[in-house]
Amino acid sequence: MLVNLTLIFIAAAITHNFVLTYFLGICPFIGVSKKIEQAAGMGAATTFVMTLAATVTWVIYHFILVRFNLPFLEYASFIIVIASLVQIVEMFIRKTSPVLYRALGIYLPLITTNCAILGLTLFMVLRDYKFLESVIFGLGAGSGFTLALIIMAGIREELECCDVPRPLQGAGITLIIAGILALSFMGFGGLISR
Amino acid sequence: MKNICDKNCGNCGREFYKGLWRENPIFVQVLGMCPTLAVTTKALFGFSMGMATTFVLVCSSLAVSCIRKVVPQQVRIATFTVIIATFVTCADYFLKAKFYAISKELGPYVPLIVVNCIILGRQEAFASKQGILKSFMDALGMGIGFSAVLVLLGSIREILGFGTVFYYKIFGSGFEHWVIMALPAGAFITLGFLIGFFNWANKKLKT
Repeated sequence: MLVNLTLIFIAAAITHNFVLTYFLGICPFIGVSKKIEQAAGMGAATTFVMTLAATVTWVIYHFILVRFNLPFLEYASFIIVIASLVQIVEMFIRKTSPVLYRALGIYLPLITTNCAILGLTLFMVLRDYKFLESVIFGLGAGSGFTLALIIMAGIREELECCDVPRPLQGAGITLIIAGILALSFMGFGGLISR
Repeated sequence: MKNICDKNCGNCGREFYKGLWRENPIFVQVLGMCPTLAVTTKALFGFSMGMATTFVLVCSSLAVSCIRKVVPQQVRIATFTVIIATFVTCADYFLKAKFYAISKELGPYVPLIVVNCIILGRQEAFASKQGILKSFMDALGMGIGFSAVLVLLGSIREILGFGTVFYYKIFGSGFEHWVIMALPAGAFITLGFLIGFFNWANKKLKT
């Protein structure tokens, strides 16, 4: 059981990293990876919402959609759950911890349209995870997202001193770096054979 | 008659063309990266994804444009999202019923059209403010611009990675597959260089 959970965590965080192998959450990966602090804030907020979203959508999927035979409502209900979850988290953090709210503030609403979260819930249904597995999967995917975002931000901070060819500046060079990062993450592939 | 038509559709051509090059969703706006990178291992998958996205984009633009005056400002994003999710469900079920093999290859990336920023972006920036005909042309242009890039990227990766394009063999049996091109890293690097090339070409055209 514990081994299984650990494997799910490592697979989601490193070997099958959401950003670098499934291309989920590329928009924030390119948009908010200019400064390390920003990247860490965005990563923390996303990890938090991902774990919560995995928990809540698992419950909704298994106790409402499956029981009443409503699979066609899957996408619509998942996206509503995620959007309202983000809203609730935002209100909750604003009430309880204004400091954290100010740190995360701008990034929270952006998370709704982060495809990594909807992707996470879809993969969870597709792979038929149990409850605890889903929670760990969410946590792992969030950590992997944060890791990729922070590595990218670190590289981009260094990149400011480099002489990049004009047409490649901005999105172009970021994508090429992401490609090289994806190559290096492939090296972890042997960790888990699945 | 011609007058009315001109009045309503004076800029329709322009709304259509701008999605193809000047405001291309991928090259210029850098939106909707996830499906762009994920499904373009083969040209055919890129084409199917482009068509599915265009369908959802056009339908939801029409719907949003129709109801733009009755939706309260505060709940507009939620409303748009639910409309998009509905059309995505239609597209997904259609693909599953008619093209099961393709639908299986595309996997969870068809439902992920829901969170494709291009679609929500067009609703928010265009369809919720403009008339039905204009929104339709805008959505169609954006959809075709998006599909064209997907097919281009898919063709490049398929040629280099498998030696075929749309499953049509172009190299002899001596061709060594460039495996990286079929893997995630190839997608990132190819798109990076394509964007670079687009910027370069754009600058050359302007001067």
